[in-house]
Amino acid sequence: MTDRVGLSPSADDTDTHPPYAWADYGSTRLRAPHRPLVALPQNLTEVTGPLLGAERVGERDHDLTRQHTGEPLGQRIIVQGRVLDGDGRPIPDTLVEVWQANAAGRYHHAGDERTTAPLDPNFSGAGRTMTDGAGRYRFVTVRPGAYPWKNHHNAWRPAHVHFSVFGRAFAQRLVTQMYFPDDPLFPYDPILASVPEPARPRLIARFDLASTEPDWALGFQWDIVLRGRRATPFESPSS
Amino acid sequence: MSCRPTPAQTVGPFLSLGLAWPDGPYVVDPAAPGAVRIGGRLFDGNGDPVGDGLIETWQADAGGRFPDPGSAGAASGPTGFRGFGRCLTDATGGWEIVTVKPAPLPAPDGATEAPHLDVSIFARGLLHRLVTRIYFPDEGEANATDPVLRALPDDAARATLLARAADGGYRIDIHLQGPHETVFFIL
Repeated sequence: MTDRVGLSPSADDTDTHPPYAWADYGSTRLRAPHRPLVALPQNLTEVTGPLLGAERVGERDHDLTRQHTGEPLGQRIIVQGRVLDGDGRPIPDTLVEVWQANAAGRYHHAGDERTTAPLDPNFSGAGRTMTDGAGRYRFVTVRPGAYPWKNHHNAWRPAHVHFSVFGRAFAQRLVTQMYFPDDPLFPYDPILASVPEPARPRLIARFDLASTEPDWALGFQWDIVLRGRRATPFESPSS
Repeated sequence: MSCRPTPAQTVGPFLSLGLAWPDGPYVVDPAAPGAVRIGGRLFDGNGDPVGDGLIETWQADAGGRFPDPGSAGAASGPTGFRGFGRCLTDATGGWEIVTVKPAPLPAPDGATEAPHLDVSIFARGLLHRLVTRIYFPDEGEANATDPVLRALPDDAARATLLARAADGGYRIDIHLQGPHETVFFIL
């Protein structure tokens, strides 16, 4: 029998995820489904997931400050933590992808015309890494700037880094955003506010002196928790 | 120890920075035996194309195997089957992957699931991914007994998950809202 995982019931996710329809975030208006979602049982396709190996990750992909000839401007930071399942077990060897704005609050993307902030020729703002045997990941980057967007008058997103994580199963797939502690923009951001209030702190990294490197970079710590496991519902055909 | 799950957030409009893979659409090598194109378009509630979305797929191979960490190498072979596909939508809302048609799969209580792909949809304006499935039009008998399709309220709902044969492959449009709104699942 393989070490196939099952995922805990979706009831575990109550009061965790945002709803699809969220009036204060204008882009949901034409994109949030209107009909009720249908429960999908967790059969083989849902409890298995892609094995995306280290061959996808280049030597400097985890260090967003070393992807060009020069160093990007901005506050150098280390963002690290673990990818865990809902039982607190680390998930080793799983792909973590990130993308973010530069220190001035501008994305290296042709579509980012919302701001007059400058591009940084030494910063692309994308990274990827694999978790190690203990489920740990680590990125070196610069602290992203807040940026204006067109959602409402004088709308500014709090600084954030986008994270994409696979885990072990289709049902564990998660894309989210990591925020920085004590951002004064939190109370005005409809995207963060879409998350049930008790769950919002789980999206905010903590400053960590222990992972701060003297004379070099500030350390932030942020764990990502995917859904938990339960017993395998039935034998797989290949086992 | 029990940890509370991390909430989802939208990919935003610049997802291609972090999530574009040149080989994303190739679940198998296009020259592999049985390779077939599956694609379609993604539409919003106005019927306008969603040009800044991402479609991800996950499926078994033609033998019903997954390239799963727990069954290392089970489905690796001459076709290089990855099981996973990823494609950004273009300005017309279009996306396409190259894969093989999966086998039926055993389900609890002696049931059999008809050949299908699980699909995640990410986009600006989606605060959490949407999950749907793709079924095949030439599997009428298997579709009729598929427990997931049978649990849907009516044929109109089932039809939103059914691809159509086209150009030697399969096409399916995904509608986030409207009279043809696709059935989306909660996991």
